[in-house]
Amino acid sequence: MSVEDVQGIRGSAERSALATIRRGLSLTPEFRKGLLGTLALAVVATVGKIIVPIAVQQTIDTGLKDGTPDVGYVSWAVALCAAAVILTALAGYVMNVRLYKATESSLATLRVRGFRHVHDLSVLTQNTERRGSLVSRVTNDIDQISTFMQWGGLMIIVAFGQVLVASALMFVYSWQLTLLVWVCFLPLMVALPRFQRWLSGAYTAVRERTGDMLAAVSESVVGASVIRAYASERRTAERIDKSVDANKTAQIKAQTIVGFVFPLTEIVAAVAIAGIVLLGVKLGLSGDITAGRLIAFLFLVTLFVSPLQTATEVLNEAQNAVAGWRRVLGVIDTPPDVADPAESGVELPRGPISVAFEDVAFAYPGGAPVLREVSLKIPPRSRIAVVGETGSGKTTFAKLLTRLMDPASGRVTVDGHDLRQVRFSSLRERIVMVPQDGFLFDGTLEENIRYGRPSADSEEILLALTELGLADWLEGLPAGLGTPVGQRGESLSAGERQLVALARAYLADPDLLLLDEATSAVDPATEVRLARALEGVTRGRTAISIAHRLSTAENADEVLVFDAGRLVQRGPHTELVEEPGVYADLHASWVSAARS
Amino acid sequence: MATKVTTAVMRQGLRVLGVAIRTEKAVFAAAVLLSALYGGMTVASAWALGWATQNVVLPAFDQGDITAGALWTGVLLIIGAALLKAVGVAGRRIFAGVIQYRMQARSRRDVTKQYLRLPLSWHHQHPTGQLLSNASADAEAAWAPLAPLPMAVGVIVMLFTAAIGMLITDPVLALVGFLIFPAIAVLNLVYQRKLSPLATRAQQLRAEVSEIAHESFDGALVVKTLGREAMETERFQRRAHELRDANIAVGRVRGLFDPMLEALPTLGVLAVLAVGALRLSTGSIDAGELVQVAYLFTLLAFPIRALGWVLAELPRSVVGWQRVQAVLDATGSMEYGAKKLSDSGPAELEVSEVSYAYGEAEVLHEVTFDVRPGRTVALVGPTGSGKSTLVQLLARLVDPSRGRVLIDGADVRDLAYGNLAESVALVPQQTFLFDDTVRGNVALGLTADDEEVWAALRLAQADGFVDRLGAGLDTRVGERGASLSGGQRQRLALARAVVRRPRLLILDDATSSVDPQVEAKILYGLRDAAEASSVVVVAYRMATIALADEVVYLDKGRIVDRGTHEELLGRCLGYRNLVTAYEREEAERAAIETEEEEEEVSA
Repeated sequence: MSVEDVQGIRGSAERSALATIRRGLSLTPEFRKGLLGTLALAVVATVGKIIVPIAVQQTIDTGLKDGTPDVGYVSWAVALCAAAVILTALAGYVMNVRLYKATESSLATLRVRGFRHVHDLSVLTQNTERRGSLVSRVTNDIDQISTFMQWGGLMIIVAFGQVLVASALMFVYSWQLTLLVWVCFLPLMVALPRFQRWLSGAYTAVRERTGDMLAAVSESVVGASVIRAYASERRTAERIDKSVDANKTAQIKAQTIVGFVFPLTEIVAAVAIAGIVLLGVKLGLSGDITAGRLIAFLFLVTLFVSPLQTATEVLNEAQNAVAGWRRVLGVIDTPPDVADPAESGVELPRGPISVAFEDVAFAYPGGAPVLREVSLKIPPRSRIAVVGETGSGKTTFAKLLTRLMDPASGRVTVDGHDLRQVRFSSLRERIVMVPQDGFLFDGTLEENIRYGRPSADSEEILLALTELGLADWLEGLPAGLGTPVGQRGESLSAGERQLVALARAYLADPDLLLLDEATSAVDPATEVRLARALEGVTRGRTAISIAHRLSTAENADEVLVFDAGRLVQRGPHTELVEEPGVYADLHASWVSAARS
Repeated sequence: MATKVTTAVMRQGLRVLGVAIRTEKAVFAAAVLLSALYGGMTVASAWALGWATQNVVLPAFDQGDITAGALWTGVLLIIGAALLKAVGVAGRRIFAGVIQYRMQARSRRDVTKQYLRLPLSWHHQHPTGQLLSNASADAEAAWAPLAPLPMAVGVIVMLFTAAIGMLITDPVLALVGFLIFPAIAVLNLVYQRKLSPLATRAQQLRAEVSEIAHESFDGALVVKTLGREAMETERFQRRAHELRDANIAVGRVRGLFDPMLEALPTLGVLAVLAVGALRLSTGSIDAGELVQVAYLFTLLAFPIRALGWVLAELPRSVVGWQRVQAVLDATGSMEYGAKKLSDSGPAELEVSEVSYAYGEAEVLHEVTFDVRPGRTVALVGPTGSGKSTLVQLLARLVDPSRGRVLIDGADVRDLAYGNLAESVALVPQQTFLFDDTVRGNVALGLTADDEEVWAALRLAQADGFVDRLGAGLDTRVGERGASLSGGQRQRLALARAVVRRPRLLILDDATSSVDPQVEAKILYGLRDAAEASSVVVVAYRMATIALADEVVYLDKGRIVDRGTHEELLGRCLGYRNLVTAYEREEAERAAIETEEEEEEVSA
């Protein structure tokens, strides 16, 4: 199947930046609550920035008038300003704490929601994206939004406020000098978006090179044994060195751009200051401005510097945050194509399950049909084997039966109910599939088996293992049920992982157990023991096995034979093996493989 | 783990920085000089402003007249100082980046070289995730303080110049500075000490949240088939909420200290104005000097924080450095001799009393067997009997704790580097493909023409699907061969082995993901083509075992028996139980059925 054709997760440039932010905010009520208060505090904190220029102006114009300093006046002015500074600092503190609380709470909600939604998406949709990329939608992407809200977004407000407040005060002091300052800074402001594009290009290159570098480095670890076996250390080292160097070059290039752009503001500020001195003196001579106001201007200009210096970085962060937001919302806004009917759905009663396929067809979106016109009935308590070559449609059959996917046409019913109308809670409890790859969670054996039924105690788990004939195997393990299985269960062998996965499913106590080559990596002696035990414990339930061994088919009540997406034969082994056809051929090749 | 800025951490951190400075002497010197220029010019720009105030602005207002010379000198001083300062800033940033990224790249290259050099037994002892983060995150963290370091040095120059300047201007005003700036520095230190453990905890939780998401999405199929979505979400939510609380804790500290750090220099300026007015009244300073000192305070307030940034990065840097260093200090490389094997005809293998232990646990005990040239030997045994370990010893991926592995009579440890790989090809159980083309993955550094590659692919039954790939041999297989199925990956790995025409071919359950029919074709093909090879094959399947001239039966790390398949069937109970499990089962079943039928008949 070609995964690009499946309906993927949304998330590229489908939505405008503004629409993205609006949708993002609508999903995070915690953030909007109290936002106005936080903004008001931000304004107060910003106003604090113009205290120093005012104090300087007052000191020079009033305190030092006529060459004899009025120490009393200056002291009063300074004390008043100091009180204002402390007040604005307090406002800053309260604003920061409110902002952190609001953003972190809202983003935690968004994160959890995104996580849940990934699990609610169908297997098909999940597989359109690499796991790492899905993970980053609920981790890095959210972190990027959080960084922006707590620094970049705040900076935008503070910077705007700072420039605005400074300009207002400037205007009060002298409109001519205000005009001059703006004439100096305006070209830089206009050029900023261009610098930002430049920088963002450089950062994109860094990200890509970093990705390459990490991939190359991981080969030296993950591929260690192949590299040793084929003595290709030198070749691998060369590849790694090349990618490490390319990454370094990209990093230095980005840093060089920052290095050039950053000090530009200082030069512009110096030009503005020189201009203020030149024009200011002229204005002073004609009596249009006082010395204190002129000197206050020199301080006010510095308020333009930091907003412009950080502007490129802030713009960059804003861009990243919007991209992150798009990706998070992309998950949340992708409708699950295999949806849970939830409350409106049917609850299945307990007891053996019957299954029917009515004219079921399936094709991966944009692909050729993989299952056509399949109609069949599986009576309760029957033991079914499903056989066929790779690509014949048997795994698709299993996925439709467990509703990991929905049929393109026709319907699948259990106990007479269309699967699409059965509540997930009920469906997953009664029909359990054991996939071929025995995925385990990092933890102990016991924790992994208990995953099948969280309420089970240790004795029930031991009993389940005993019933499956696995007590001997358990005894051979160093710490019994407490044995740690490692990440993804990798401390166990592939066969042992399958044993645990099987025990986990058995503990779940389903009414229909579906095994998808679930014991393929187990050694023959153990597999035979297991098959026998399963026969006992599935008595009274419906059991369906996708078979890879002769004996499974031979022991089934009925064999379903798939070929090129069609159900071509069905019946007990003894009958099928007699008639010429797909099954007889398959059987012959098994026999020759097992006995040659 | 070090999370706080303690004296010990500072000492270690400075030592790490010392390593970088020694390695990149010239660049560091340039960065520091330019940063000193920046520091000096920051003070100079305040001085220029004070000069212009005293000599241009105030005379103009007081006397209503100024000279053009003074006016233009003021302008030149202001712009000149700014230009030089800009050069300092740009140079400081660029050169700091050069050192930081060069050191990072150097660590990464050294660490990965070490990975390639260290024996596989070392790899077995370290989790994959840890090794990856040693080469990425740790190498990054180790050198992170290099970014603000030159600036910090420049700031020290700046403070020093400013102190002298203020002392010359007026000792009393200087006193205000000597109170305020150390206070800022101390506040900064307290800030970083409070912040860094909280930030480390948040970082740790971020990693844990990511781990849960990774594991949960990796196991998505299990979660779905058992309907455990709500349980997983709860697990994730618990950690996500811990992360939220940790981030808010960080925010509280930031929220408290950032406004304080901003307010303190502002209060300093106000103090300067108050004290300055007093000094002006006694005639100790002039107005220009007052403006100069006040302006200096506003300029110094921000850069002084750079000292804190270096301190903040130090604990992380020390931990990163220690982890990188642990890899670089690891010993126990594989030693190679100078012997060369002949390059024609099938090889002879002799395994002599070989034992091997993973740490304490010995998994192979005095294993002895041989493979005569051109023969095929099957290694058979239950799961966990030591087969995979044994084949790793044969290809010298690891060396035995005791005993010897000999090829054509030569101990594999005496062979020159690369010589064994020319004669022996191992196809491991877990396939690994490089993010390269099909050709690159099959040839893997060997100079093979397309015809040879296709021949190998044919033998591995891989020519069909490779032919259907978009670009044939030039198709890229993606990271770890992600675009291929398990069976396809195994077949490429097999082609990689046979294209080398190895004198000894070792297959470790190398066709387990391939359909039985395809597997049979591969095995027959190999038997016909492998005349020039000796073969060791690990298998359960009868079809595979049947191809072998001899079977070695392994259980619990010991050789229980060896001989032909028939001989072992006759005399080795364990072997018989294992390989005939299916047949026996069938027979028993048939017997039961017969009995049941008989019962029915009799009933």
